Amino acid sequence: MTNDVPNETMEAGSAPEANEAPPGEEERCGEARVVLEARDVSKRYILEQIEVNALRSVDLQVCEGQMLAIMGPSGSGKSTLMHIVGLLDHPTTGTVTIDGVDVSNMEPNELAATRNKRIGFVFQAFNLLSRTNAAANVELPLIYAGVLGAARAKRAREALVRVGLGDRLDHLPNQLSGGQQQRVAIARALVTEPSIVLADEPTGNLDSRSGMEVMHILQDLNRQGNTIVVVTHDETVARHAERIVHLKDGRIVHDEIVQDRIIAEDRLRELDAEEAAEE
Amino acid sequence: MSFLEAFRIAFRALNANKVRAALTMLGVIIGVAAVILLVAIGTGVQDEVTGAVEGLGSNLIFAFPGDFEGGGGGPGGGLVRSFTLDDSDLLQRRLPESARVVPVFQGPASVSVGNREVRTTIAAGNEYASEVFTADYLGGRDYRRSEVSAAARVVVLGSRVRDELFPFQDPVDQTVDVEGLRFTVIGHVAAQGGSLTGDQDNQIYMPITTAQRIYGTDEFSTIVINVEDAGDIESTQRQVRQILQGKFGDDLSVFTQEQTLGILSQLLGTLTFMLAGIAGISLLVGGIGIMNIMLVSVTERTREIGIRKAVGAKTYDIMSQFVIEAVTLSVAGGAVGIALGWAGSLALRSFAPTVVTAWAVALAFMFSAAVGIFFGVYPAYRASRLDPIEALRYE
Repeated sequence: MTNDVPNETMEAGSAPEANEAPPGEEERCGEARVVLEARDVSKRYILEQIEVNALRSVDLQVCEGQMLAIMGPSGSGKSTLMHIVGLLDHPTTGTVTIDGVDVSNMEPNELAATRNKRIGFVFQAFNLLSRTNAAANVELPLIYAGVLGAARAKRAREALVRVGLGDRLDHLPNQLSGGQQQRVAIARALVTEPSIVLADEPTGNLDSRSGMEVMHILQDLNRQGNTIVVVTHDETVARHAERIVHLKDGRIVHDEIVQDRIIAEDRLRELDAEEAAEE
Repeated sequence: MSFLEAFRIAFRALNANKVRAALTMLGVIIGVAAVILLVAIGTGVQDEVTGAVEGLGSNLIFAFPGDFEGGGGGPGGGLVRSFTLDDSDLLQRRLPESARVVPVFQGPASVSVGNREVRTTIAAGNEYASEVFTADYLGGRDYRRSEVSAAARVVVLGSRVRDELFPFQDPVDQTVDVEGLRFTVIGHVAAQGGSLTGDQDNQIYMPITTAQRIYGTDEFSTIVINVEDAGDIESTQRQVRQILQGKFGDDLSVFTQEQTLGILSQLLGTLTFMLAGIAGISLLVGGIGIMNIMLVSVTERTREIGIRKAVGAKTYDIMSQFVIEAVTLSVAGGAVGIALGWAGSLALRSFAPTVVTAWAVALAFMFSAAVGIFFGVYPAYRASRLDPIEALRYE
């Protein structure tokens, strides 16, 4: 993918209208299909006998092909929102719809099947199986999808090639750098060709260069048509997306279209130039 | 997901965590092997001793000076006395003709030929002694009545004594020194293995009169009576008591072979239970080892379950993986433990009698397997019921 020539005009064109729209508006996606929808989602839990309202009546729509950032300070409920729309956690009230299917009343096993088929996760802590090589980690979702033998190995290999790790198939997580581990995690998220990839602070544990590389891969995948949601507290990371939803105290306070989107590939190139100049 | 696939996942997980798998198996192996081995020793000793008493010949009555029957477990408050040959002669005269009365004397002695010396045990009796000390003669003969009366210096060698003193030679008609006195070897016997009185092969046999002379005593501690007809055992037992009552009063114990066996097996049963107790402790320690490894890995495994669930594993997928892992470790560990315990008990045979018993194998295996499977599966069961995000965040 390093051969890809960045196309700034195309990037700009792919964003929806440049003007800001009020949050929760039904026709937000226009012509595009709504991949994920949260409607009136609230999450309350008791922490040391104190009731915490992590989310208060949140409405969110994610359109197909969009790259969306959910941004907010720590404690704003952004991770909780991602876990709920990713079906890793359940809301106290409200409904989540994925690909038009309401998941509210699904049993745990149906939720597992939906996660497997429609959602890919990238976590801050990578969450790879330790002592298990990159290829086997990427194969994991395919095993549970019932993909067998050679087909499974081939798809896992292709996914790793897509994130630039075609030569690291047999490496264990502890033999890989943080950035490489996160790329394995991205390959694992991609391998089932899900409707949406959810990334929770994907650059949180990485140095800035590895972080840029990860964002570059995510932008690249988005350009190829994947729907991507990035959860972050970091404005720079958020500005790689085309739309930012700001969360504070469990509510969406602002929903903006990014005007001057950061293109990770450009920044990587600038960084290379700086380093070359220093030497 | 197919069952075969579940096996693949489980074996992959085991393969990825070899140290943990090995340590878990080690717990099962130690528990199973220890139980099998210890119970094998206990049972083996019991069988051997019982067999030795049974092998003494049939229809035997044993008389000992001192009241062993009173429940005190040893000589009573009265005077501790020994038998003399007068007592055995009296019995022989008064009992029916068919009864054979054998005075038995045992004592330590050193036997030497040239500069070779062996510490051994003298087992002495009269001309009927072969009724008590059953042995197969490889050469020579038993001592005769005339040699008993004359306290002749003749000796029959046990197999180990012979091998030490006369390696690859025929000892018959050779001379040996017993406690400094010169003896003529008149016979030697085949190897018999251990027995009640110690190692029968490390014994020498001689007339009781001779043995008493070596020790400068006219006393001995046991009279054995061989009764021809099994139906006469109880009446003979009563007669023996009557005949010796005049001299010993109640300070006398007379057991039939059956009673002796009963007492012995009671004693040895206690030994076996003691060994089983030790084995039980080994099982417990092994079990705690298994438990520790399993519980220590709960955090890691709970996260693993969280990851697997996040990418789409169903509860069934998780449970089948963990059940297969736990069963595999327990069964493999159990099998290795059985093999080790068995091999160990075979290896011990040259030092102690061992018999591997089915109940010990079954008990040890079941217990270890149950502990392994429970502690392998239960935490996994709990984790598999968590929301994936709780499993991922588990600490």
